Amino acid sequence: MENSNQFIKLSDNDNVFVLTKNVDVGDTLTYNGENYRVTTPITLGHKIAARAIAKGEKIIKFNMSIGSATQDIMAGEHVHLHNMKSDFIDTHTRES
Amino acid sequence: MILLIRIQEKVDDNISKEMELKGYQRKDGRKGIRNVILVAYLVECAHHVASEIARPFRDDHVQVIGFGGCYPNTYAAKVMKQLCTHPNVGGVLLVSLGCESFNRRKLAEAIDESGRPVKTLVIQNSGGTSKTIASGQEWIQQTVMSLKKTKQVKLSVEDLIIGTICGGSDATSGIAANPSVGLAFDKFVENNSTVIFEETGEMIGCFEDIINRAETPLLAEELQKALNKAARYYTVMGYGSFAPGNADGGLTTIEEKSLGAYAKSGSAMISGLIKPGDLPNKPGLFLMDIVPDGEPRFGFPNINDNVEITELIASGCHIILFTTGRGSVVGSAISPVIKICGNPDTYKRMSDDMDINAGKVISSNATLEEVSQEIYSKVLQTASGIPTASERLGHQESVITYKTFEPIGPNCLVG
Repeated sequence: MENSNQFIKLSDNDNVFVLTKNVDVGDTLTYNGENYRVTTPITLGHKIAARAIAKGEKIIKFNMSIGSATQDIMAGEHVHLHNMKSDFIDTHTRES
Repeated sequence: MILLIRIQEKVDDNISKEMELKGYQRKDGRKGIRNVILVAYLVECAHHVASEIARPFRDDHVQVIGFGGCYPNTYAAKVMKQLCTHPNVGGVLLVSLGCESFNRRKLAEAIDESGRPVKTLVIQNSGGTSKTIASGQEWIQQTVMSLKKTKQVKLSVEDLIIGTICGGSDATSGIAANPSVGLAFDKFVENNSTVIFEETGEMIGCFEDIINRAETPLLAEELQKALNKAARYYTVMGYGSFAPGNADGGLTTIEEKSLGAYAKSGSAMISGLIKPGDLPNKPGLFLMDIVPDGEPRFGFPNINDNVEITELIASGCHIILFTTGRGSVVGSAISPVIKICGNPDTYKRMSDDMDINAGKVISSNATLEEVSQEIYSKVLQTASGIPTASERLGHQESVITYKTFEPIGPNCLVG
């Protein structure tokens, strides 16, 4: 388990981390000896890819599937509405 | 990894031993932790009069509830009856306009049979707004005095029914607040309390796990049916139980939100499936099926969090554990709401509204076990009469909507 004061991985099989701090552009996230530069501001509770995830692959959090990637996702990238979707009911936003 | 720990050690009985709890003995045998007088309006047209009657008695535990609709609904009548005869309620004033279809006579009879003082005022027969307010206040005045004499008896943890819901969820709810409630629920089950979770519309993606926790195979079938119904209902509505604020807080999909919400149920066996207004038949963990039966109608199953709280209270909950991440402020009429905040930033901004800071699991080194212990103690304190944050702030939301339910099947309760 590779936790830091910046994020937690909730289960060993997860391919995403959960941020425990707000991060800003230019901040660095360190995981497995590799540094990932933060390119967009992300608030705590949001997810970061723990490894490269291919389009169509399941997103695993808490050792359970929470949906599928809609595009290839790089390690360290923010994982949210723009690159994943529900396998059950589409998520609606204020704009949609 | 602290987050997946499920500590099963027997709860420290010291807390309950230290605190001698006293409850209000009702004539129907149930015990309450509050001594509330309800002013219940039976149609929206009587709402203002009911509020005016209660206004001078804010500090005397006089609270307003009601049903807004003019058309009859069996579910609403059942919920109203269960609220008016709830163990935390000592007396009820019913306020009717006069022409609405709510069966006020039947409701008044049920309250009277439960041994509680009840009076019905019909605005159209009482000379209108001012005169009804005056006679209502006169009755409340007398009832406040007479309820001071309510017999108090010893109350134990086993007497408590505790419900849980989440509202204004974000990703911290599932990491900090909900798993802490789950651990607290496990402790209550070990100590023979009754606990209820619900939100069957927020269990998408968790079906297999839920079904494996059923006390009997026949109950497992009933749970499966209830979960399938919920999934279908929300699909027809076109939206999952998911608000834009959930996404702002880092939740991306309904199944992700579900996983977090489901953590509130802890790890005990599921002992039964009830519907709103049904009372659990024994101690243990119960799932409340909140999704209406039959073809979807009347819109979304629960239009807001307070409908869920009201339903839990209608099923006898003395206390509600409400987890939040974005920061809900609500409380409830009748039963105290304990608000547990999973987001440390939200807690800082809105600490007046919160009872428990579960966010310290994220912001410092607190463990879920420690937070769950804190929740357990807070429940006992609240049962002893200490007001929660929302009670201090005067919150007393309550909402009854239209729904259609079939009675639960024989396999839903296990003897």
